[in-house]
Amino acid sequence: MMVFAALCVWVCGWLLNLRLARSAQSKTLTVRLTVPIIFGVTLVVIWELLVHGLDVPMVILPGPTQIVARFATSLPLLWADFTQTILKGALGGYLIGCGAAFATAVFIDRSPFLRRGLLPVGNFVAALPVVGTAPILVMWFGFDWHSKAAVVVVMVFFPMLINTVAGLRETDHMQRDLMQTYAANYGQSLLKLRLPAALPFIFNGLKIGTTLALIGAIVAEFFGSPTVGMGFRISTSVGQLALDMVWAEIVVAALAGSLFYGGVALIERALTFWHPSQRGS
Amino acid sequence: MTTTPVVIEARDLNLTFGAGDTAVQALKDVNLQIDKGDFVSFIGPSGCGKTTFLRCIAALEQPTGGKLTVNGLTPDEARRKRAYGYVFQAAGLYPWRTIAKNVALPLEIMGYSKADQKRRIEEVLELVELSGFGNKFPWQLSGGMQQRASIARALSFDADILLMDEPFGALDEIVRDHLNEQLLKLWMRTQKTIGFVTHSIPEAVYLSTKIVVMSPRPGRIHEVIDSPLPRERPLDIRDTPAFIEVAHRVREGLRVGHSDD
Amino acid sequence: MKTLCSVLVVIAGIVGIWYLACVPMNIKGVLDQAQRAGEVVSPETAKDRRDVKAWALVAQNSFAIDRVWSVERPRLPAPHQVVTELWKTTVEKKITSKRSLIYHGQVTLTATLMGFAIGTGLGILLAVGIVHSKVMDMSIMPWAIVSQTIPIIALAPMIIVVLYSIGVQGMLPKAIIAAYLSFFPVLVGMVKGLRSPDTMQLDLMKTYNASGAAVFWKLRLPSSLSYLFASFKIGISAALVGAIVGELPTGAVAGLGARLLAGSYYGQTVQIWSALFAAALLAAALVAIIGVIERVLLARMGAKS
Repeated sequence: MMVFAALCVWVCGWLLNLRLARSAQSKTLTVRLTVPIIFGVTLVVIWELLVHGLDVPMVILPGPTQIVARFATSLPLLWADFTQTILKGALGGYLIGCGAAFATAVFIDRSPFLRRGLLPVGNFVAALPVVGTAPILVMWFGFDWHSKAAVVVVMVFFPMLINTVAGLRETDHMQRDLMQTYAANYGQSLLKLRLPAALPFIFNGLKIGTTLALIGAIVAEFFGSPTVGMGFRISTSVGQLALDMVWAEIVVAALAGSLFYGGVALIERALTFWHPSQRGS
Repeated sequence: MTTTPVVIEARDLNLTFGAGDTAVQALKDVNLQIDKGDFVSFIGPSGCGKTTFLRCIAALEQPTGGKLTVNGLTPDEARRKRAYGYVFQAAGLYPWRTIAKNVALPLEIMGYSKADQKRRIEEVLELVELSGFGNKFPWQLSGGMQQRASIARALSFDADILLMDEPFGALDEIVRDHLNEQLLKLWMRTQKTIGFVTHSIPEAVYLSTKIVVMSPRPGRIHEVIDSPLPRERPLDIRDTPAFIEVAHRVREGLRVGHSDD
Repeated sequence: MKTLCSVLVVIAGIVGIWYLACVPMNIKGVLDQAQRAGEVVSPETAKDRRDVKAWALVAQNSFAIDRVWSVERPRLPAPHQVVTELWKTTVEKKITSKRSLIYHGQVTLTATLMGFAIGTGLGILLAVGIVHSKVMDMSIMPWAIVSQTIPIIALAPMIIVVLYSIGVQGMLPKAIIAAYLSFFPVLVGMVKGLRSPDTMQLDLMKTYNASGAAVFWKLRLPSSLSYLFASFKIGISAALVGAIVGELPTGAVAGLGARLLAGSYYGQTVQIWSALFAAALLAAALVAIIGVIERVLLARMGAKS
């Protein structure tokens, strides 16, 4: 019965979207927002119906309502985990890592030798499973959030570095010649030309960093943490087969990730409104 | 003729790019004198060194031989004194700055006061007929307007010399005619010395008091033609016999310069 | 050539700093050991030494400096210790041995490759669907983009345990996590690539009255290749991270992740570092292989190198 209902919901949702997508207003913002929302809601409803219809035990997959109930009843706990992992570990490490990478980029940009040498190394490191440094850093900085922040620093540093360095090289010949005809000094051409021109690249690095920061902070907790934190909660709840709690944490992680990314993207939009990629819409 | 001060003087100027087998002689034994208030056009096929010569004046290239002075100084000293404004082939406005802010860029770098900046921005935008567009962003303007803004930017700090490297090359003929006319008016009003690189014979003849015909491989001056046309030039001067006569001389010069290589 | 030279200097610099860093990092451990062996160190007890700055300890106990690079369980192993460990656990051990890094690496590698194959396969299929169906595009694409901003790796422990409770274990759970992580980058990259032909090129196909399949095989697919390979490179490193993380929460006995975890339980720092380097080498090799395939394929299609 429930399974049949799920099937019906699927067909209805899809037909609705089909009509919306083919309608004359398919370009408007409302429809562009409605369609994915209908899709998402359809999925959630089907999930709920299937869990009940097939009697899926909670240790395999809790239904959305169970997750929401757990979420609502454990708000203080989730908030403590959020503070520990996201605000202290991820955000702290993100700020330090991106700041350090930015300063390093501006510094090595002055030396062609360092740039030639560090860039390939940075590119190489950016492709490595840096998360693996977590056990070492946990050993060095202890179980509390400092070690998580350290993992995040290492993870965001290189992507941010190579993006910033690439951005600072972004100006074309003509623009640099122009600065020369004004007899501009290094600081002036950095501030007025090269940093603004580098902004789209810098923000690319910052956006890549947001996801990496959360990954680093959560995974580092698998290697040891105090009895608070999202990674800790996930691994212990999994052990207790309290999957509704795990899903609640995943909801928190998803919300935190989207908000973090969205926040950086908003700042980007405000600062690089002039760039073709932002002018498109 | 009373003595007009010499602004730019080149003596046996040479410039070679690269070395050995791949060496390219971009400029060979260039001798030229530009007086104050001259409008000098450099014309010739690509590779004749016209842009290179302009870049030498602006100290963007280093000559490998000979002597070049700007206002009696070396080009680099002149650059440090901010003796000239340079207009490139593309407008090259910063997309993150408004038109007014773009014009203000050299003023900020050179440390003008805020009030002074404001006055000058209004003045030069008026000069290039862009008043009222100061708050627009470059990408909201047409190509011709962008190029006018870049001329305003070059004029804003009141340098005596204006160096223009094919500034209208990327624009269509109608816009180009209009900008040529405006440029002449501007030149008459400001009495600046202008060095102007172009591919177009009518443009060179219409604008210049002196036309430098150059030829390639190696880049050198083939002929310098002093224009007999009056300074006051309406657009239809281009249909007069005098104009056609000068244009003919330029075309002949280009042909001869090209055939002897 | 110039680049190579600069890179070598930078690497030499890093190794130098590393060796130097071993001194303050390891000095306390060295002194504790020396004290236990009955040697005279200053300050004399471990408790007194706790509050002394590392460099001050070095200055007061200069006899111990050369030992910081050969501690058995150092806080920071010296580069040569890591290299030796790597050598011992790869070349000198038999591949079947539980202590051979090649054995552990191959366990992780199979999970990675299997996951990568599943993830990219699904990603490409879905991308083709999205490019050809407007309703799929409008429904799924926003979620695919949003999902890139969330740390889906947090799902890893749960996937493992849930699969375990329904009787699936071993390589498959890890491969699923790896697939999941490589799926989204490939999907987004492939959609971008299939959309990369410009209007003029598409209009040209229209003038030929080309069918949808012809447009796909002759225009969209070839022009998507460089995008595809770029996301392959991201996808394969993501898959490797997924496979390694997938080995953490269940206390797996085999795989590079298991080596990292075991090392951190028993304080075997040299083992952690060598597992880390093995993972790094593996990642680099995988990315390099994809790079080679890309170059060969694009060269055959006449692209500029």
